[in-house]
Amino acid sequence: MTTDDEHEPELTHEAAELVRPYVITNGRDLLDDDRFSLITLVTVAAEPPRTMPLDPEKLRLLELCSGGFLSIAEIAGHTRLPVGVVKILVSDLTQEGYLYSRAPIPSAQLVDRQILEEVLNGLQARFG
Amino acid sequence: MGSRLALDDGVYLRNSVQTAAKILVVGHFAVGKTTFIGTMSEIPPLRTEEVMTQAGQGIDDPKGAPGKTTTTVAMDFGRLTLSEKLVLYLFGTPGQQRFVQVWEDMTRGALGALVLVDPERLEESFPVMDLVEHYGIPYAIAVNRFDGTPAHSLDEIREALDLLPETPVVSCDARDQRSSADSLIALVRYLQSRLN
Ligand SMILES: Nc1nc2c(ncn2[C@@H]2O[C@H](COP(=O)(O)OP(=O)(O)OP(=O)(O)O)[C@@H](O)[C@H]2O)c(=O)[nH]1
Ligand SMILES: [Mg+2]
Repeated sequence: MTTDDEHEPELTHEAAELVRPYVITNGRDLLDDDRFSLITLVTVAAEPPRTMPLDPEKLRLLELCSGGFLSIAEIAGHTRLPVGVVKILVSDLTQEGYLYSRAPIPSAQLVDRQILEEVLNGLQARFG
Repeated sequence: MGSRLALDDGVYLRNSVQTAAKILVVGHFAVGKTTFIGTMSEIPPLRTEEVMTQAGQGIDDPKGAPGKTTTTVAMDFGRLTLSEKLVLYLFGTPGQQRFVQVWEDMTRGALGALVLVDPERLEESFPVMDLVEHYGIPYAIAVNRFDGTPAHSLDEIREALDLLPETPVVSCDARDQRSSADSLIALVRYLQSRLN
């Protein structure tokens, strides 16, 4: 990406924004795994490391998460970072011990049945 | 933006919430997705953006061939805490989607989809129904009646959309919370019936 920038001085402002994610994530590919979904719930770890991360984007994300649980999608929405970038940052911060994420519930019929029941009860209690 | 948000404004989930579920609200351009999500959400709706390269042109190639088109795909979403332990997210995405990655991410783990349709523009709903079916997401149809348009019977719409007999078709006013909640309830009942 950076080499492209050098060879394309005519890059528009919009294009410059498109490159940004790769800069933040040190050029790594966006995560394509099942560990983090749009609705994985994330908050700060109970006992985070004493030193703060140096990366300003990570700091910003950590600060946001310090108030309680948010989904990956909400973190992306509040920070205006692309979802793919948020997943990488959250993945790093989790590995480094700063963040805690609620493991996604495996999709199984039994689980779905319970969730659907709860969704229905919840909707009816609230709007019925 | 981005810093810790005030604790008392309901931005954060309750600590007791253990499970997050997801339902998709999909439909063609200007059919009422954003309105529906805004009506139902307990937080001001948020939007996520993904920068995408057009499918079939090397999504994984970060170099970016000259002339390759990149587009920002936006998704609206809202949140509904339904019990001490459960939160439901509603995700809205436009139907004319060539962006495989976004659809994969959005559909993964979704309980089902509510497909909003405008009876005056039924044919525009076919692409999104194809997509939802392609990803194996069970769905119900919510017919959004816009002001000043003639009433169509739900049976007529069922026929025109060539639906399975069991697919629910309900009418819905996306601006009205009760009506929107009823559409979601119809979808969830249908999802339950499929497990039996
Ligand atoms: N009468 C009526 N108008 C509606 C209803 N739902 C949405 N509208 C109006 O239709 C217009 C489009 O609604 P949106 O919610 O922006 O539609 P959308 O599907 O999010 O549109 P895009 O994101 O552009 O695809 C707005 O002016 C809404 O006020 C409805 O149920 N009844
Ligand atoms: Mg919209």
